[in-house]
Amino acid sequence: METSTAAANIVNTEEKQIVYKTSDLDLWYGDNQALKKINLDIMENEVTAIIGPSGCGKSTYIKTLNRMIELVPGVRTSGEILYRGKNILDKSYQVEELRTKVGMVFQKPNPFPKSIYENVAYGPKIHGIRDKKILDQIVEKSLRGAAIWDEVKDRLTQNAYGLSGGQQQRLCIARCLAIEPDVILMDEPTSALDPISTLKVEELVQELKKDFSIIIVTHNMQQAARISKKTAFFLNGEVIEFSETNKIFSTPADKRTEDYITGRFG
Amino acid sequence: MVKCASHLVIGMKGVFKLATQNTNSFSVQKMIQEKKKKKSAGGITEKIMPYILFLTAAVSVLTTIGIVLTLIFETFLFFDAVSIKEFFTGKVWYPFSETNGSFGILPLIMGTLKVTVIAAIVAVPIGLASAIYLSEYATDRARRIIKPILEVLAGIPTIVYGFFALTFVTPILRDIIPSLEIFNALSPGIVIGIMITPMIASLSEDAMTSVPNAMREGALALGATKFEVAIKVVLPAAISGIVASIVLGISRAIGETMIVAVAGGSTPNLEWNITGSIQTMTAYIVQVSQGDVGYGTTIYYSIYAVGMTLFVFTLVMNLLAQYITRRFREEY
Repeated sequence: METSTAAANIVNTEEKQIVYKTSDLDLWYGDNQALKKINLDIMENEVTAIIGPSGCGKSTYIKTLNRMIELVPGVRTSGEILYRGKNILDKSYQVEELRTKVGMVFQKPNPFPKSIYENVAYGPKIHGIRDKKILDQIVEKSLRGAAIWDEVKDRLTQNAYGLSGGQQQRLCIARCLAIEPDVILMDEPTSALDPISTLKVEELVQELKKDFSIIIVTHNMQQAARISKKTAFFLNGEVIEFSETNKIFSTPADKRTEDYITGRFG
Repeated sequence: MVKCASHLVIGMKGVFKLATQNTNSFSVQKMIQEKKKKKSAGGITEKIMPYILFLTAAVSVLTTIGIVLTLIFETFLFFDAVSIKEFFTGKVWYPFSETNGSFGILPLIMGTLKVTVIAAIVAVPIGLASAIYLSEYATDRARRIIKPILEVLAGIPTIVYGFFALTFVTPILRDIIPSLEIFNALSPGIVIGIMITPMIASLSEDAMTSVPNAMREGALALGATKFEVAIKVVLPAAISGIVASIVLGISRAIGETMIVAVAGGSTPNLEWNITGSIQTMTAYIVQVSQGDVGYGTTIYYSIYAVGMTLFVFTLVMNLLAQYITRRFREEY
């Protein structure tokens, strides 16, 4: 009995693959180095949390994973990030292609000033899906997936800005799910939300990790402890520690990690 | 004095009181009280200022009311001589006949519409494309150079545009379309389009720039290309400002006078043809004002009736612009 579970475990770990392999990533804003020699392997179908004090580079790092960081003028990088084995920092890598596979949820909910339906259907539409019936199905599936369907099913044609902040954020998650991404990046998705909405988003993340690889930046350590399998602790642009979440929060290997999670700074 | 200032700066770091005591001890509160006493007693300025400001604001309102009243009054006098029905349905505009002139305004309206439509066809695509370029693609540097140039275009006197149409655009067009007359609707239409392009570009660019970046990021993160973001996110989000800018531009085209007076000719006609000489409402008013038409004649009053019609046209356009801005604003 025991051997068979052990075997199953081995099979499981073997099945799980690395989604993102970051090697020696350096990043500069102008002359300012924001990331220093980052090495991280992020596994698929689990939640990876990134914690650290403000300005430690955690948002910069997550935005590098779908190259949104390029919108900042004067950004330079070196090193490589392999997404499913291909270096996304390579100039020949099609950035639209990458972002179709890697969805992102932002700090502040940012629905489009359109109807709830149009918000969710936007992604599939720009990628050429026009069939109304299919779109209807995608919208329902995505809204259900983001646990907001019951709240909005009767007002799909209303403007998304009539929703509460928490609902808007779950709508943004639904918008992201609509193109069935492989990875979902979340950049402090609950920092603008009230505690109840935060809880709902956290529950949602637990559901979503079954189908998606999730990387979440958070300044809330309890949140990281609650929802993630692995945690990376960033400080001054470096990864100080990266391991199983329960290990990081119970027996951190580095003194600085311990100081941070016990609230001595940050 | 310099010394004490530098002391103050150092003093900012928590020893403020100490630093002030070290210099020629003075109290800011005391100084303020003294300055106050010197000011005019009882704050008279504060009391009368609102009235003065109200009066200056009233000047423009009263002027508008005065103009509208004059227009209405003289228009009534015109309609004593010519029936409203004839004015709005008559198909011939020939007021200069000694005995019985024809006062059907349709040919003049037709002239104005032809020029306006041509101007819109030129200005809307160019203006919008420039706005999209400036707000979505141009670097800060390019924007800093291009936007002022666009605004210079808006400052060129319209008489210059008029001669530009007559002596530059018309000859070029006549090379392409040999049947084009010297005075025609096409050339001034195009030039008015050029004139209102900067206005549409600039106002639309303002509307598009004020769309929050978060919205662009949301679309980019879904794998949208830059052009898709511009067309499917930014443009719809800014649509109220864009439509308002177009309507305002068209309203200017309707009221434009010098360009059509110089390059459009003075032949009112109801034909759809744009290669022949036309006359717009504005150009007619110029023609009559310049000639020696006797005060009190029907022709004299006719310019008020035409002016009134023109005023209603532009008023409706401006109200439309305001309505659209409010009605189609996408909240974000």
